[in-house]
Amino acid sequence: MSKLNVTRRGVIKTGAVAGAGLALPTYLSAASHSGYTNAPTGSTVTLGFNVPQTGPYADEGADELRAYELAVEHLNGGGDGGMLSTFSSKALDGTGILGKKVEYVTGDTQTKSDAARASAKSMIEKDGAIMITGGSSSGVAIAVQGLCQEAGVIFMAGLTHSNDTTGKDKKANGFRHFFNGYMSGAALAPVLAKMYGNDRKAYHLTADYTWGWTQQESIAAATEALGWETVNNVLTPLAATDFSSYIAPVLNSGADVLVLNHYGGNMVNSLTNAVQFGLREKVVNGKDFEIVVPLYSRLMAKGAGANVKGIFGSTNWHWSLQDEGSKAFVKSFGTKYGFPPSQAAHTCYVQTLLYADAAQRAGSFNPCAIAEALEGFEFDGLGNGPTLYRAEDHQCFKDVLVVKGKDNPTSEFDLLEIVEVTPRAQVEYAPDHPMFAGGSLGSCNPGA
Amino acid sequence: MDAIILQVLNGLDKGSAYALIALGLTLIFGTLGVVNFAHGALFMIGAFCSVTLQRILNLSFETVDPTRTDFLGNPLKVKTPYVESWFGPEMGSTIIDWSVPLAILFAIPIMILIGFVMERGLIKHFYKRPHADQILVTFGLAIVLQEVIKYFYGANPIQTPAPEALTGVAQLTSTIVYPIWRIVYFCFAVAIIGAVFAFLQFTTFGMVVRAGMADRETVGLLGIDIDKRFTLMFGLAAAVAGLAGVMYGPINAPNYHMGMDFLVLSFVVVVVGGMGSLPGAVAAGFLLGILESFASMKEVITLVPGINQIIIYLVAIVILLTRPRGLMGRKGVME
Amino acid sequence: MFGLDKKDSTLLLIVALLTMLAPFILNPFPTDSGLAQFNAGYPDLMQRFVIFGIFAIGFNILFGLTGYLSFGHAAFLGVGSYSAVWMFKLLSMNILPAILLSVVIAGLFALVIGFVSLRRTGIYFSILTLAFAQMSFALAYSVLTPLTNGETGLQLTLDDPRILGASATADGSIPVTNLFGLEMRAATDMVVGPWSFTFSVGYYVCAVVMLISFYLAIRIFRSPFGMMLRAIKSNQQRLNYTGLNPKPYTLAAFVISGMYAGLAGGLMAAMDPLAGAERMQWTASGEVVLMTILGGAGTLIGPVLGAGAIKYMENIFSKINDNVLHGWFAFLPDGIEDFVVFVIHPFVGKGWHLTLGIIFMLVVTFLPGGLVEGGQRIARFFNRKKADDPKSASTEPAE
Repeated sequence: MSKLNVTRRGVIKTGAVAGAGLALPTYLSAASHSGYTNAPTGSTVTLGFNVPQTGPYADEGADELRAYELAVEHLNGGGDGGMLSTFSSKALDGTGILGKKVEYVTGDTQTKSDAARASAKSMIEKDGAIMITGGSSSGVAIAVQGLCQEAGVIFMAGLTHSNDTTGKDKKANGFRHFFNGYMSGAALAPVLAKMYGNDRKAYHLTADYTWGWTQQESIAAATEALGWETVNNVLTPLAATDFSSYIAPVLNSGADVLVLNHYGGNMVNSLTNAVQFGLREKVVNGKDFEIVVPLYSRLMAKGAGANVKGIFGSTNWHWSLQDEGSKAFVKSFGTKYGFPPSQAAHTCYVQTLLYADAAQRAGSFNPCAIAEALEGFEFDGLGNGPTLYRAEDHQCFKDVLVVKGKDNPTSEFDLLEIVEVTPRAQVEYAPDHPMFAGGSLGSCNPGA
Repeated sequence: MDAIILQVLNGLDKGSAYALIALGLTLIFGTLGVVNFAHGALFMIGAFCSVTLQRILNLSFETVDPTRTDFLGNPLKVKTPYVESWFGPEMGSTIIDWSVPLAILFAIPIMILIGFVMERGLIKHFYKRPHADQILVTFGLAIVLQEVIKYFYGANPIQTPAPEALTGVAQLTSTIVYPIWRIVYFCFAVAIIGAVFAFLQFTTFGMVVRAGMADRETVGLLGIDIDKRFTLMFGLAAAVAGLAGVMYGPINAPNYHMGMDFLVLSFVVVVVGGMGSLPGAVAAGFLLGILESFASMKEVITLVPGINQIIIYLVAIVILLTRPRGLMGRKGVME
Repeated sequence: MFGLDKKDSTLLLIVALLTMLAPFILNPFPTDSGLAQFNAGYPDLMQRFVIFGIFAIGFNILFGLTGYLSFGHAAFLGVGSYSAVWMFKLLSMNILPAILLSVVIAGLFALVIGFVSLRRTGIYFSILTLAFAQMSFALAYSVLTPLTNGETGLQLTLDDPRILGASATADGSIPVTNLFGLEMRAATDMVVGPWSFTFSVGYYVCAVVMLISFYLAIRIFRSPFGMMLRAIKSNQQRLNYTGLNPKPYTLAAFVISGMYAGLAGGLMAAMDPLAGAERMQWTASGEVVLMTILGGAGTLIGPVLGAGAIKYMENIFSKINDNVLHGWFAFLPDGIEDFVVFVIHPFVGKGWHLTLGIIFMLVVTFLPGGLVEGGQRIARFFNRKKADDPKSASTEPAE
């Protein structure tokens, strides 16, 4: 070790004389030559894909990564171009972004705020990433969004469903394409009322952390507006694996609907347990007992197996959609990987395209220019119909899908069927809606 | 009243899993004096034995059905399990349906083998080493085992449903229903615990092992090859953990990190029960299971917010402060 | 030097040199080369190395000297982080009061938990500390959300009521943590030929704090107090019989190591003003145990090495994806390239845990004294070869 030091010091000594004049202030210091963080200088531009690769959401993260790789391929002109041909904006031409070839680095969020920030920081500080994207939970999304705001890069959120991401924790440098708890409630409630009637008594089980709370609040508000009564809301620990002691009290509570505000492993287990306790065969108040899972994902549905049959929920996107954009995406994803993409993959793919397109239209990688190009941007052809990136809170507004667990799946991917495509107008809300109040975007930070 | 009975049942059920894992841990602590952080991984591997058997039984050949198409518009490939073509569709699907109980037979030899290999190949070298080293090596092993499972089976949970006949609920009284498989799980746990105790109590082998637990040196001086028996005990402990895992599959879908989820809890259970005491471990398992169930009742949570999050640790602290060696701990074991 | 004997002074000097030159040492590969992937000399990771080094040094004062294995040390680090972030939110963006408060609060927390837990020994003690930490984690994640911001973690916002200093800067962003005006995230790049080295203010602040902590740890190890702690480890009963009450000594050691953890937590928040509940989870407590044992429990430098090794794996190996692998092995013929990538693939990127587990097992099996023993063996090997080279023995730890 010490020997190595001596030689290196020798190298440095000789180099230092020449290098002294080259010592440049970097992106994080007060004055910068480039005007913004990590301005790409060569013929390439680096994007940072920060997804969970270990921990319970690793499979979702792997699917996100596949989508990112596909997006990069398409941006650089490879493959069949995917959604580039259906995207309403034609700025992208398959020659990278602004003529620079797109490269990427990957990292592991571990679904922990600390690890996610460490990983994002290494992308920004070491690899010179100009944009960070990805993630599979709201806690991580909000933590990384805060970091990107401080460091002066754009954050394109992956899968994050909490109202807070574009509500009280919104940031000028952060953008979310995925839908949120409020939209789930607004889309789901009318369908539920239509299917199950207006005089239902709902029992909520809610994951005891911020995402669970905001979703519960949204669903309860939306269903109560249609005449439902919320009998009870019980908070369950994140670490819970066996939900029997939370499910058993539902049996004699007088409720006739169980709403599971859970995601991931929690959702798989609570739904499995609820089915075990015979809730689906139960008749209460003269009505069939029903279970609702407000946020569905195909990967989670796969984990829950046969238990999802006939159970309603909402989702951001599903591969069986028949619009041109979705078909093009499913085709290129399916051809490359052999199975259809998940909603997480879709949102990540679209976010990458949207970022690239914004940079192309803005003519610059400057985060402020990109933010300006994204704010109020209306587009179509990316799978969810006409979509607006709202300027006030950087949330996308688009159609939301209400889905149901399929009774007779034809393959291991064919688990959900689309019941209704809720039009965008029905899920829109004012930027100062009480569920989203309390934060402000601040001003865009180019990091200079 | 019904609510309370239901929570007692839930507690017994959760307690069954805790008790089975803690029993195996205590066997290893007590006999070999090894802190085995890989014990949770053994539980997880047990569950994946049944996933594996399910996969094997579902091995299929593909036939192309030109009338239907898959998601890309190509003709749909229909999969038929070999088992169904060999035994006829009806018999075949029955075998697949009963894959979890069948997995017990499948898991026992595998788990004992894994236990042997672990003990002979790795743990053996750590008997004389400090507990800290044992923790590091078994933790490393736990990570490796869990990553290997993740590599082959992914991170998502995989359902291993109970046989059709044992799903659904049983009407216990006019107002109380309870899932059949959970009742099966409880009975199974009681049977296994009973068998382990009977084995240690009534066989010569068990007597030697108990003697070895109490005073290894003296037993060795009597000319008994205690090491060989301890290897067998390790295999037995692994089998108990594995079976607990197999049977747990239908309650909650197995995933690769389920072992870690149970690891810390089972350590708490063992220590609350008292180091080196098998009855203590079992009693503590059921006690903590029941208390955890009661703490998750809405009435209790309203009274003390957050109690359901911390109940196990709170009880552990109270018990350890009032009873220095847990419920039934022996003096001088890892104190 | 500073009241240390020659051997310890050399060790301190070497550690000082290594930390001060870390930006060079950790960036041995030219920026554009394929091996740049292994460079660790960027501010965030360097900061993490020294911060977790402090955490592990403190943990080792308790575990290495007294033998008491605390499985809940992460709680003190978490409490320290929360205190520091609250200080940023309420008082000022200067890191000094924040770090002071985190040390004090963590110390108080350690005093309470230690007082209760130290009534038991051995594994009973470990489980008590584990239980306290897990309770802190569970409550911070859910019920205490108004105080901790739960899942998301406590962050600075634009409307913090900061008494000394503005809520937001003139251009509408959150102010930066600083030490009397010196911004923690300020950094300078030095470009030497194909190499690029980054000097970050934050890192050097952390490094200085770590050197002070390391110095204090040496003093504790060599003091009569440290001797007393070792006596507790070797035979507590005998100590009792000599008429000495070991309790105050162990409690003091517990509180000191809790304060080290609080210091690490405070520094972590000072570098990146966020405090998340996961910092208190048992996995985090387990991590510092693993760092200490991996490096070599009871040695001075071991825990720091262990911390560095684990953080390096976490941050560097997890970022190696197939794309990078193909880049490295592009010179091979296609078939062989694919095969090599296929073989390495399970161990890097999303498989970095696997490599970590294997390294744990290999190190503890073949190097019972941890990485330090590895260093000693290498040193001995070279000593035998060149007995006249005094420098090569210098990495040998003092313990």
